[in-house]
Amino acid sequence: MKKIILNGILLDEETELSLNELCSACSSSADLIIELVEEGVLEPVEAKMYRLQQTQWRFSVNNLQRARTAISLQRDLGVNIAGVALALDLLEEVEKLESRLAQFEINEKS
Amino acid sequence: MDYKDYYKIMGIEKDATQSEIKIAYRKLARKYHPDVSKEADAEIRFKEVGEAYEALKDPEKRAAYDQLGANWKAGQDFHPPPDWDAGFEFSGGGYTGGDASAYSDFFESLFGRGFESAQPGQHRGSYSARGKDHHAKVMIDLEDAYQGATRGITLQSPELDSNGHIINKQRTLNIKIPKGVKQGQRIRLSGQGSAGMGGTSAGDLYLEITFNAHSIYKVDGHDVYLDLPITPWEAALGAKVKVPTPNGSIYLTIAAGTSGGKKLRLKGRGIPGKTPGDLYVITQITLPPADNDSAKELYRKMEQELPYNPRSKLGV
Repeated sequence: MKKIILNGILLDEETELSLNELCSACSSSADLIIELVEEGVLEPVEAKMYRLQQTQWRFSVNNLQRARTAISLQRDLGVNIAGVALALDLLEEVEKLESRLAQFEINEKS
Repeated sequence: MDYKDYYKIMGIEKDATQSEIKIAYRKLARKYHPDVSKEADAEIRFKEVGEAYEALKDPEKRAAYDQLGANWKAGQDFHPPPDWDAGFEFSGGGYTGGDASAYSDFFESLFGRGFESAQPGQHRGSYSARGKDHHAKVMIDLEDAYQGATRGITLQSPELDSNGHIINKQRTLNIKIPKGVKQGQRIRLSGQGSAGMGGTSAGDLYLEITFNAHSIYKVDGHDVYLDLPITPWEAALGAKVKVPTPNGSIYLTIAAGTSGGKKLRLKGRGIPGKTPGDLYVITQITLPPADNDSAKELYRKMEQELPYNPRSKLGV
């Protein structure tokens, strides 16, 4: 059998997802995504997004990770949206500190 | 099939109250949630705890589980006794959350019937007809990000067979890993998710890229770091030394008077891309051992002829 090699699309910094794509990538309802936007957990790329129809919203790819984490925290831990927002910000902070720590350890070792 | 001690998994006594069970679950779920926990086996523990809670939070299920008896030990080979659930009426409170395939055979042998019809409580909104999107992780080496690669990955996905039973279906896909991918990025494969219902399109498959830990390089975004050991004379006099990079080795000029811990930037030799990353080489001065007479003699000669106080800044 011929080996089929699948070519995917790399979602890089410039890739943007529509509300529809984000919903299906998170297996979530549009209502929940809109709620996350209203809480400031997710941010469509356009600065003046409220002037746009929700169907015109575009999300950067790092919003996909945030949305997935938000939804799983909400579902698995029973955290409400405001709590999810706080947890995400703190998790991001931890990640930043950890990568700084890793840098520091590289320099420290030598 | 192994017997599972749900009380032990949750770290509670057999006579725990329902509210104690809930508290124990909340604590453990926060501790092992894969999005929060840094522990390597977090995902496995999280699923285990979720399964234990699923069994114990419902008084009916818990009572049925309890009457299996206290003689079972965790890990012991288990077959449910015939009619073990006689006298229990499951009111179909059933299956309240999570992923059917996530629970063990043990759980399914006890509580399996009755919840196949119940769907996990996910909100599909108005997009429910389209096939579900799937997510998986793919592990690659740093070198693959420099050169591109093809990876075969095996995915397990629960699907409904013609009788409506959940079966785990395995499939292997060969995926092209494009040059320039970074840790945490995703590749989207259109139409490789679940099949759609009623003639609609299939869902997509999202692959999250994770780098295997590398023996010599560290990666941060698109930048790569390497510790480079050099000799004292290379550091003092300058030298041209051979340096490995994920793209093959190169020669690097060490300037005379280079100190240890100096960060040398090799522009554009990080992970390739529209704006390629940099490779940072961090010098580490290593000493040759003074393990024979002539080496000791050389060190003594340096001591005599190179007056040097490395602690002058410490005021001593």
